[in-house]
Amino acid sequence: MDWLYRFPHMDDSTLTALKKSIDGGFRAFTRAYGDAIESFFDPLQYFLIHSERFMTTTPWPIIIALIAAIAWFASRNWKIVASAIITLLLIGFFDMWNDTMKTVSMIFVCTVLSIAVGIPIGILMSRSDRLQSLINPVLDVMQTMPSFVYLIPVVMLLGIGRVPGLIAVVVYAIPPIIRLTNLGIRLVDKDVLEAADAFGSSNWQRLKNVQMPLALPTIMAGINQTIMMALAMVVIASMIGVQGLGQPVLKAIANQYFTLGMFNGLAIVGIAIIFDRTSQAYGKRLQKHLETVHG
Amino acid sequence: MAEASARGTGIIIKNLYKIFGKNPQAYIEAVRNGMSKTELNAEHGHVLGLKDINIDMPAGCIQVVMGLSGSGKSTLIRHINRLIDPTAGEVLVDDTDVVKMNENELRQFRRHKTAMVFQKFALLPHRTVLENAVYGLEIQGVPREKQLEAAGRWIARVGLEGFEDNYPNQLSGGMQQRVGLARALTNDAPILLMDEAFSALDPLIRMDMQSVLLDLQKEIKKTVVFITHDLDEALRLGDRIAILRDGEIVQQGTGQDIVLKPADDYISSFVKEVNRGRVIMVDTIMTSDMRNGGTGLPSVATGTILEHAARIMSEEHVSEIHVHDDKGKPIGHIDMQAVISAMVTPISHETRQEAAE
Repeated sequence: MDWLYRFPHMDDSTLTALKKSIDGGFRAFTRAYGDAIESFFDPLQYFLIHSERFMTTTPWPIIIALIAAIAWFASRNWKIVASAIITLLLIGFFDMWNDTMKTVSMIFVCTVLSIAVGIPIGILMSRSDRLQSLINPVLDVMQTMPSFVYLIPVVMLLGIGRVPGLIAVVVYAIPPIIRLTNLGIRLVDKDVLEAADAFGSSNWQRLKNVQMPLALPTIMAGINQTIMMALAMVVIASMIGVQGLGQPVLKAIANQYFTLGMFNGLAIVGIAIIFDRTSQAYGKRLQKHLETVHG
Repeated sequence: MAEASARGTGIIIKNLYKIFGKNPQAYIEAVRNGMSKTELNAEHGHVLGLKDINIDMPAGCIQVVMGLSGSGKSTLIRHINRLIDPTAGEVLVDDTDVVKMNENELRQFRRHKTAMVFQKFALLPHRTVLENAVYGLEIQGVPREKQLEAAGRWIARVGLEGFEDNYPNQLSGGMQQRVGLARALTNDAPILLMDEAFSALDPLIRMDMQSVLLDLQKEIKKTVVFITHDLDEALRLGDRIAILRDGEIVQQGTGQDIVLKPADDYISSFVKEVNRGRVIMVDTIMTSDMRNGGTGLPSVATGTILEHAARIMSEEHVSEIHVHDDKGKPIGHIDMQAVISAMVTPISHETRQEAAE
């Protein structure tokens, strides 16, 4: 009756051999194609470096003015602008300006990449139920797989640095934008779509004039979620060499520096709140036409 | 057809069938050979949407298709611009079969030949009134100035001047449907499809919109296909009326035909509630027996409704009236007796109705 109490598992030597052969295969793959894959991501590296250089070398008053201006144009709300400015001033005052700028730059690139990849995938997904049923489990894996696990192959392939960090962050942060683009398009009123068809819209005109504009508030919610998840991932990505606010946090964990961890953690919270409020206010402004309902 | 193409674009629907279900083609023969809707549904799980529809809609007229919910009227109108594909049959517009068009031809057909007004308005909520109105021309690729000019004209024509920059949600239902109408008219297509366009509006606004449509139609002379479940609306608007029941046409004709000669109990039960004085015209009941040689009495033109003739008689304190043609020549005579007996619902309809119940 032993088999009832001990799960009858694959015998140890086979299991070890299996793991070894998969590892060996992947290592061989890395040796053969690692360089090619790395050079494939060169444009990203370039983009990252330039964006980081811009954020860290531009004088701080200009950066604050720039962020304040973006917050204003997105939200048209002076409270949000004022709290953004105050947060940034505090961050600078506590000597976290450089790390914060590196993080903001990283988040910016991650968001742009997630939008550029995520929205087209979301659109394709909304057009085909089959594609949706294929992509959905992949997104589930991307969101639930512990991030440390997929850091391993990324690091094996690309080494340590910005690009593997970027990929790890994007893998973690892209699902919401894909899901919500898909959902937003699927939720567009069938009557309005029928009207667009009745007037002879082509597929592209239907997408451009009806589906995308009407799905935009939902897509904005996806972008907002993507930004938030990217920020959450920044600390973990610092383990593979992404510079910014994550590194002092990592150092604080290793050495039990309570205050250092707290300050940097709060700085992450601060910029998260700025991004969140600004992008939400923008999303709300997009729905302005729905507000004044005739009684 | 030569006559039709000279005046505009008529629509001819021939032997149109629509079966909903997984494999409609398999049952089309059985339905042609007389399988009933109930049998098809119970034994094969397919729904018979439309059965052997034949309608000849002349150019420049308002063709009303009337039926209760589930009668297939909205399905029928969607076959004209093929938002729904038929199972069998032809829809001929300008001698071209819409059913046989490929995707591109169909798109061009929808852009240039048809415009549609919807029951739930189906406006683009993120666009202003003006931007909604230009939609049809915009996707045709018409230059922006022309779009704005045409849209501005029709927005003014339906009475929405000053609301160009409002969003649909800021307008009342009646005004939203005016936007729907302006959007369809701006498209300047010869065929106007109106799917229960006024059904969602409250009664006064509905009457108002009917007047707007009748007024416009005098000017634009489009081929209008109007779907409704309301017989009063059908009689008011329709040059010709087709009555649909369970996917079949039970009667076609002018409003007069339907009120005076209802084809079966189903139709007479509708007709019973109609204000006959507003539908029946003096021509229908006049006698050509001319007393007094056609002089000495008040006179009304042919095509006048009975209610109006009765009003003149009571105002003038006479019990007889003459009917004259468009040139003013007296051609007939009616008396109060005839008017009253035509205006009250014939007993035969009442009893038939009671028997049916």
